[in-house]
Amino acid sequence: MMKILLNNNPEEIPGDSISVNELLKFKNFTFKMLIIKINGSLVKKSDYESALVRDGDDVHVLHLISGG
Amino acid sequence: MKAEEITKILSRKTVGIAGCGGLGSNCAVALARVGIGTLIIADFDVITVGNLNRQYYFFDQVGRKKVTSLKENIARINPDVNVIACDLRLIPENIPSIFGGCDVIVEAFDLAGQKEMFLESVLGAMPSIPVVAGLGMAGWGMNDTIHCRQVDNLFICGDEISEISPEMPPIAPRVGMVANMQANVVLEILLKNE
Repeated sequence: MMKILLNNNPEEIPGDSISVNELLKFKNFTFKMLIIKINGSLVKKSDYESALVRDGDDVHVLHLISGG
Repeated sequence: MKAEEITKILSRKTVGIAGCGGLGSNCAVALARVGIGTLIIADFDVITVGNLNRQYYFFDQVGRKKVTSLKENIARINPDVNVIACDLRLIPENIPSIFGGCDVIVEAFDLAGQKEMFLESVLGAMPSIPVVAGLGMAGWGMNDTIHCRQVDNLFICGDEISEISPEMPPIAPRVGMVANMQANVVLEILLKNE
């Protein structure tokens, strides 16, 4: 079990690490348009499969919605 | 800070605005009124009658390019503002060269996919430049749901919920609120530590 901050909320996630895609699936985040940052660094969409979230990470998942 | 001091500081600043629709045109006008030195505005679109329910254009400008018309409208409000009008489609390849010299960048696109492309490009290529994004402003009412929050160098203005749809169109009051909130955040960033 690892503890992370997800959008400023503490979360417990099974395992030692999880890919960004797995995290999105685990949290049931179905939005297609996103900006994701781990510990202040942008994770590009092409890296969602390979980028890992680890114990203690500060993760932001921003949902982008149309309008302007 | 006195009005003259604010104007003096802002006259040395450059702000980039990506998209000249409801958010971009209103935000640009607010920033022009307070005397930002240089505004870099980018959009490829032309004005339609349907845009006039929220965008800072006039009926006699329908059919003309948004960047050209916005530059003219700003010149009528504050001719001291240097407006660099970029009539083009923003893509990851041209974003750094257009906005690389800005003190702050405003994300003012309409579609979520465009917002994603732009924010990923800016946060990836120019992480030190603050970006102010508009997220969620469709419909009317619900004043108290509109907020501003900061994630590192990214500032988010809007309700982060109300997506546009046929039943929830983007219309002047709420779009204008978020556009002016973005301009207000830009000022907060530019006047900090001055």
